[in-house]
Amino acid sequence: MNRVIILLSLLVALLFCAALVLGPAQISPLVSLQALLIDDQSPVTLVMREIRLPRAILAGIIGASLGMAGAAMQGYLRNPLADPGLIGVSGSAALGAVLSIQTGLAASVAFALPASALAGALVGVGLVLLLAGPRGSSLTLILAGIAISALAGALTSLVLNLSPNPFAANEIVFWMMGSLADRSMVHVWIALPLIALGAVALASLARGLDALTLGEDAAEAMGINLKRLRLTLIFGTAAVVGASTAVAGAIGFIGLVVPHILRPFVGARPGHLLWASALGGAVMLLIADIAVRLVLPTRDLKLGVLTALVGAPLFLHLIYKTRRDGL
Amino acid sequence: MTLLSVTSRTVLRGTCPVLDHVSFDVSAGELIGLIGPNGAGKTTLMRSALGLIASTGFSSLAEMTPGARGRAVAWMPQAREIAWPVSVHTLVALGRTPYLGAGQTLNAADIAAVDQALGFLGLEGYRDRTATQLSGGEQARVLLARALAQQTPLLMADEPTAGLDPAHQISTMQTFAALARGGQSVIVSLHDLGLAARHCTRLIVIDAGKIVADGAPASVLTPERIRTTFGVTAWHQTTEHGVIFQPLDVIT
Repeated sequence: MNRVIILLSLLVALLFCAALVLGPAQISPLVSLQALLIDDQSPVTLVMREIRLPRAILAGIIGASLGMAGAAMQGYLRNPLADPGLIGVSGSAALGAVLSIQTGLAASVAFALPASALAGALVGVGLVLLLAGPRGSSLTLILAGIAISALAGALTSLVLNLSPNPFAANEIVFWMMGSLADRSMVHVWIALPLIALGAVALASLARGLDALTLGEDAAEAMGINLKRLRLTLIFGTAAVVGASTAVAGAIGFIGLVVPHILRPFVGARPGHLLWASALGGAVMLLIADIAVRLVLPTRDLKLGVLTALVGAPLFLHLIYKTRRDGL
Repeated sequence: MTLLSVTSRTVLRGTCPVLDHVSFDVSAGELIGLIGPNGAGKTTLMRSALGLIASTGFSSLAEMTPGARGRAVAWMPQAREIAWPVSVHTLVALGRTPYLGAGQTLNAADIAAVDQALGFLGLEGYRDRTATQLSGGEQARVLLARALAQQTPLLMADEPTAGLDPAHQISTMQTFAALARGGQSVIVSLHDLGLAARHCTRLIVIDAGKIVADGAPASVLTPERIRTTFGVTAWHQTTEHGVIFQPLDVIT
């Protein structure tokens, strides 16, 4: 377990540095790192501090968010197919963002887009809580999440459908593919506090998720407060996924695939899987974001497209392996 | 010493009582068999006594904080759920959950408790096996070890012998009997009246949500009681092989 955490931490550090020194502006690694640390008023410092650093930080924290939320959701539902999007947060955050693009708010007011995405996420979570009730079972939570996701998806399609402005529609479609291009430190400051708060909430679930291995009844009898666990899970997931979607758009498959890959390496313990998946998610998104810059640097390949392209076959492979092992 | 005190406990489903003003006390060293036909309220009685479902009336366990309750009683639900392919040792160590504060890891006492539980059930060789790959009988034993690792004065088990072969059924009951001799108490719901008659020190018969009989097996398992509550006839004799109770025919 500890070896896995150390290995993943090293990988994150390595990839974070790689994300800083790789980019369309051909700057040698040493010069770029030096420019990052020492402000010499040069354009290199500007590129490093205003373009590459926020991008690398966002890739790290958003990947960690998605991985951790995925591990928490799978642990709570005791189902390896669960995904952080299941409770409707990403769908409603996307709807908020789409509305701000469509109404022109995103173009006229600075940071209206992430703000309205967060508002969308908040409304979505509120509705899910209202629908699922404070004492409901995991089943009502899933059903409420599916209903809210479907509604948010339908409303997003409606906005696209009725959009009189093809440029706005184009922008919406691209935004929904998910990307980290052209993000600034302000995006980091919007996302970081919420993600930190949500990560602390999710990390506190470790013991409860471990106990849930024995089922809800046994866990409750061992002193786990299921009602509080559920609320913490919903708010934690909403904070990390809402903030991630608000600044980067919809990035799929990380929350689903990363916990699945790492589960055998932490002895399948849902509590240990939380931190491992956070690090694993950061690794995966950093790799993906480096890849979109290296594979098609001129065509602005979208991050969400790449994670789905790589994630889906990987997931199929995992399913095939699981079937073969008879687990 | 009273380990559990239940007074006038009632559970309603709509307006219909599924548990109707049930009262009983459990003292140390008892192996109590909870018997009754399907739907009589055995599971409801145990879950209500634990405070896991909304109930009226008094139960000493339900009054405790969740953490204190976890150190007072271990609960084995009927569904033998093992959600993830964790190792046997990890699974049994989950029984130490009520003793661990936030972020705390297992200390020497916790590890000793886990080892003791594994040893008590002869599971030492299974420590590193994957729990989900074990057979049904082995899983039942591992889950029992989890409950033992909780080291509580009281153990409540819902149909722990269901789906087990005769050897596993008998050894499960013998484990409970050994715990009771050691001063712990066990409440176990059973359908096999033969096992109940042979191993339990006390039987509580529940029918339509009410306790209809409570006492030593010989005084509870009267032909009259068997006929009215279970609708069967039975052969019940104390032989040189101990008490033998065999249901015979359905009374139509």
